[in-house]
Amino acid sequence: MKEVVVLSGKGGTGKTSIVGSFAALAKNKVLADCDVDAADLHLLLNPELKDEHDFWSGEVAVIDPEKCTQCGLCQEICRFSAIDNYTVDASSCEGCGFCSRICPPEAITMKERYSGQWFISATRYGPLVHARLGIGQENSGKLVATVRQQAKQLAETQGIDLIISDGPPGIGCPVISSLSGASLALLVTEPTLSGIHDLERVLGVCRHFSVPALVCVNKSDINEENTHHIEKYCLEQGTEIAARIPFDNTVTEAMIHGKPIVEYSHNGVAHHIEKLWEKITGTLAG
Amino acid sequence: MILSVASGKGGTGKTLIATSLALSLKGRGKVQLLDCDVEEPNAHIFLKPVISGSEEVLIPVPHVDENTCTRCGKCAEVCAYHAIAVFGEYVLTFPELCHGCGACSYLCPEKAISEEGRESGIVEWGHSDTIEFAHGRLNIGEAMAPPVIRKVKELAHDNGTIIIDAPPGTSCPVVESVRGSDFCLLVTEPTPFGLNDLELAVETMKELDIPCGIVLNRAGFSDDKVEAYCRKENIPILLTIPLDTEIARLYSRGVTLAEGLPEWREGFVELYGKIWEIVDERSRCPQR
Repeated sequence: MKEVVVLSGKGGTGKTSIVGSFAALAKNKVLADCDVDAADLHLLLNPELKDEHDFWSGEVAVIDPEKCTQCGLCQEICRFSAIDNYTVDASSCEGCGFCSRICPPEAITMKERYSGQWFISATRYGPLVHARLGIGQENSGKLVATVRQQAKQLAETQGIDLIISDGPPGIGCPVISSLSGASLALLVTEPTLSGIHDLERVLGVCRHFSVPALVCVNKSDINEENTHHIEKYCLEQGTEIAARIPFDNTVTEAMIHGKPIVEYSHNGVAHHIEKLWEKITGTLAG
Repeated sequence: MILSVASGKGGTGKTLIATSLALSLKGRGKVQLLDCDVEEPNAHIFLKPVISGSEEVLIPVPHVDENTCTRCGKCAEVCAYHAIAVFGEYVLTFPELCHGCGACSYLCPEKAISEEGRESGIVEWGHSDTIEFAHGRLNIGEAMAPPVIRKVKELAHDNGTIIIDAPPGTSCPVVESVRGSDFCLLVTEPTPFGLNDLELAVETMKELDIPCGIVLNRAGFSDDKVEAYCRKENIPILLTIPLDTEIARLYSRGVTLAEGLPEWREGFVELYGKIWEIVDERSRCPQR
């Protein structure tokens, strides 16, 4: 089983638009949206919901005011400043349970925390596993792990040997959860100083977890000098640039029409993405 | 006043807005910018601050004194994160899983567990012209951003204007960044992705009871669904920035609107005035 994950470090570089096109180009695959706190892939793939599950993960402390003697010990020991005025702020509580273990009148219990939902949908491109993290919830990494695990299971039962994942921005917990153990990462960057800075960090994360990476420079013509800088940097790092995709308004137009670019238009951008996908399949075949 | 700049969707222009606003407020009292996007901090690219100090972010992780430890297993039982385990004669710790809650060391019957700091990131501070600046950087390979964000926020001044550049998304790093803000500016773009993620961000701010307003970036090219949504939800659009190749070019070079197109300064000062009015009015007649 091969798994390609699309990451970027910086947000808004075009991950989801590119994954949407891969969905249309790749033959047998399961799609996974690992950006669980701002999922957008469904907006391009017009999914039909098949299966929906609540996601419970971790715990949150609850103080019973009837039993609480207001001794203040819990507030004193909580490292996350989650208890104030003998009430737990659920958005600050990290669910460690320390308070519940030391409360003298045993007024604190730990309750399972509702952290979101995950879904299996049918699309005309193949099955899609996606999720929605509960508002302001933590444990996005665990929800990502669930999405990947479900995608794998689905692929196994249907005899599919490819998973394409749309990853989250950043380099923290949900990115690590999307990346670890994947066959290949495609890093989508843009020729801006922010894009370059963030590419360097996310490439570092790929190294850290020993996942090979390819780079795609999106909107490559908005600053040629920066694009050259990225090329030079990737050469030094021994990382291949798999595509340079020029800026084109049809990318946004396709998004507004809710379609992958390669289906919306057959212009230059679509052609570049087709070539990119060929490159990726070649790399996966190794 | 603490003013956060957040977005839901990444790449909508949070950092450009936060830094341009900070620079436009020059000469109007004390301004501090805190870059809380510790996974991918970018504000320094635009503000080019002179860094005057730094500090490591340390997570207190357990250190077990093997001679005092009786292998009773209490520590493993109380750890919610499976960061400590006892197998026969061995006590194993997994520092990268530890949240530093302190339960194991406090509850160890033999007092065999002490705490040592494990570096997960760094915070740096300094200034850029008259703007006080601080940011944090999560180390590569580290999962938990909130401790680094908390450390950046500890550097907040008691007075003046504090502008927080938040990370994208709606999960715990965003909540940690915007918590305690008087107002949150949500930067979006008029596309289906922009709208979808804006709705999630608005829900997050409602949950946290933080009033918000919108900056509509790259406007004019796309549909008007974001405007319709804002009308329906009664959320003010406080500033509109057109889709403009000149702005995109400046951004690519790390130049703010305040410096690259100084005529925008006035617009940012007006934006600040509108926010101040909303916050002031809210403080007079609290809704809750």
